[in-house]
Amino acid sequence: MIRKKATNDKEQWFLYKANLRTKTLLVIGISVLLIVSILISSLFIGEIPTSFTSANQMPSLQHLFGTDWMGRDMFLRTISGLSLSLIVGLVASGVSTLISIILGLFSSFNKFADEAVASIIDLFGSIPHILLIILISIMFGGGTLGVIMGVGLTHWTPLARVLRSEVKEIKTKEYIHLAQNLGKSKVWIATKHILPLIISQIIVGIILMFPHAIMHEAAITFLGFGLPPHEPAIGVILSESMHYLSSGYWWLAFYPGVSLLIVVLLFDLIGENVEKLLNPETAQE
Amino acid sequence: MNRKSIIKFFGYKLIRFIILMIAVAIFSFILLDLSPINPVSVYLKGAAVSEAQRQILNQYFGVGVPLPTKIYHWLLDLIQGNLGTSLIYRAPVIDVIVDKFTASLALMSLSWLLSGIIGFLLGVVAGKNKGSWIDKAVKTYCYAIQSAPSFWVGMLILMVFAVYLKLFPIGFGVPIGVKSTDATFIEWASRLVLPTLTLSLVGLAPIAMYTRNELVQVLSSDYVLFAKSRGEKGWDLVKNHGIRNILLPAVTLQFLSFSELFGGAVLVEQVFSYPGIGQTAVAAGLQSDVPLFLGIVLFSAVFVFVGNLLADISYYFIDPRIKESEFND
Repeated sequence: MIRKKATNDKEQWFLYKANLRTKTLLVIGISVLLIVSILISSLFIGEIPTSFTSANQMPSLQHLFGTDWMGRDMFLRTISGLSLSLIVGLVASGVSTLISIILGLFSSFNKFADEAVASIIDLFGSIPHILLIILISIMFGGGTLGVIMGVGLTHWTPLARVLRSEVKEIKTKEYIHLAQNLGKSKVWIATKHILPLIISQIIVGIILMFPHAIMHEAAITFLGFGLPPHEPAIGVILSESMHYLSSGYWWLAFYPGVSLLIVVLLFDLIGENVEKLLNPETAQE
Repeated sequence: MNRKSIIKFFGYKLIRFIILMIAVAIFSFILLDLSPINPVSVYLKGAAVSEAQRQILNQYFGVGVPLPTKIYHWLLDLIQGNLGTSLIYRAPVIDVIVDKFTASLALMSLSWLLSGIIGFLLGVVAGKNKGSWIDKAVKTYCYAIQSAPSFWVGMLILMVFAVYLKLFPIGFGVPIGVKSTDATFIEWASRLVLPTLTLSLVGLAPIAMYTRNELVQVLSSDYVLFAKSRGEKGWDLVKNHGIRNILLPAVTLQFLSFSELFGGAVLVEQVFSYPGIGQTAVAAGLQSDVPLFLGIVLFSAVFVFVGNLLADISYYFIDPRIKESEFND
C-alpha cells in the first residue's frame, strides 16, 4: 500500500499538491472570510423595502431567494437574519466560555470544589437542553436578553468537562507541587500554571460550541421564545414561513434553512481544522 | 457479579436519583421564581377584578411569600405527588403530563428504535466499505443532518410528503372534530409517520458516525489482520470481529441520547402540531403556565435519568470486561 508519490517541484501546488497545513489554513481562511462577509454586508442592508406588487415571487435572478408575503427580498432578510443569529451566538458562546473557564479553574482548588463542579455539570446535563434553555430564557423575562442568557448559560458543560479532566491531569505534574510547596496561592497556580496550558482546548471549545449555540438560538426563536417578530432572526423567519407551507411557498423555508446549515457547517469545518493545527500530533503532517 | 454488588449498584443509583430530583426541583423552582411572571395575572388572563379579590388570589398563589418557605412547600407537595394545577388546561398537572406523554411515547420510542437500527446498519455498511462512495455518502449525510436544525428538516419533510405528494395529513394528532379516544388506529398512525420519519432521520446520524468510526478502527486492528490471514473475509469477518465489539457501545450510546430525543421531539411536535409533551411544554412556557412547566421539567429529568440508567446497566451487566475487572478488584 505504501507507495512513494513522485513529486514535481515545478508543479502548481494549489489545493492538490499543498501540504495539509497549507490546506487547513486555506480552509480556515475561506470560511472566516465568508462569515465575516455575512456580518459586514448585513450592516449595509438596513430597512428592507416592502412592495405588495411583487409579493410571494419564486426565486429569480432579481430575487435570489424569492420574496415573502410582503414583497420583501428573502436573500436580504436571510443575510440580516443570519448575522443577527451569529451575533447572538457569539455573545452566548462568550458567556459559556467564561463560565467553563471559571469552573474549570475552580475545580483545581481542592477536592470539594472539584466535586461541586462535577455535580453542577451533572445537574445541567440532567434536563433536556431545549427545556433548560426555555427555563432560563423565561427567568430572564424572554426577549433578546433571555435568548442570549438561555443559550449562554447552557452550552458550557462539554467544555467545562474537558477542562476539568485536563486540569486534573495537569495537577499531578511536579511543578504544581513545587509551586504549592513554595507557598503560591491557589489562584496564582490556576492562572499562571494551569490556564496557559488549557488555552488551546479553550479555543477549539469555543469554535465547536458556536454551531450548537446558533442552532439552539434558531430553535428557541422558532418556538416563539425570545426575539420579537420584527427582528428577523433566522428562527423567526422560519417560524413565519411555517404559515405559508401549505400554500406551497417552499422557498420561504428552504433557502434560510440551507444558509443556516452552511454557516453551521463552516464553523464545524473551522473548528476541526483549528484543532488539527493546535494539536501537536497532527500539526506537522 | 453477585447479588450484593447488584444491590449496591441499584442502591447507589437510587440515592443519586433522589438527590438529583431534589436538586432539579429546587433549581428549576428558583429559576422560575426569579422570572418576572406574576401567577395572578396569568391566572386572570386580563380579567378585571377588584383589589380585594386580587388580594385573596395573591394570598392563594403565595405572592410575596419568602423563597425558602415556597421551596419547602413545593418539595412537600412534590413528595405527596401533588404537582399543582395547570393554569392553561385547568386540570391536575400529573394528568396532563401522563396524557400528553403517552402520545409522545409512541413517537419517541418508534423513532428511537428506527434511528438506532438504521443508523447502526448504515454505520456498519459505511465502515466495511471505507473510502467507497457508500461511505462518502453516509458521511456527507451525517455531517449535513447534524448541522441542520431538526425543525427545518421536519418542515422540508412536511412540504415534500404532505403538501406536494399529499400522502399524509399536515398535522394534528387526530382529525378535527374527533375525540382523541375515538380516532381509529389508522388515523393515529398516519399522523405518526412524518414526525417519526423526521426524528429518525435526524437521530440516526450520531449512531451511524460512531459505528462507522469504531468499525474502521476494529478492522484495522491486529486481531482482524490475524483473522484475515486465517482466511476469514467478507461479512463473516465483520460479523464475528466487528459487530460483536461495537454493538454494545452503540446500544449504550443510543440510551444516552434520551436527552436529545426529548429535545428533538419538542421541536418536531411543534412543526407537525403533534399533541405530545413537547408541544405542551412550549405552550406552558409561552403562556407562563409555571406549574405545568415545572412538572414537565421534572418529568423530562426522570426520562433522561432512566436513559442513563439503562446505559449504565447495559455496561455493568452485559459487558464481560467490566464483570471481570470487578472480580479482580
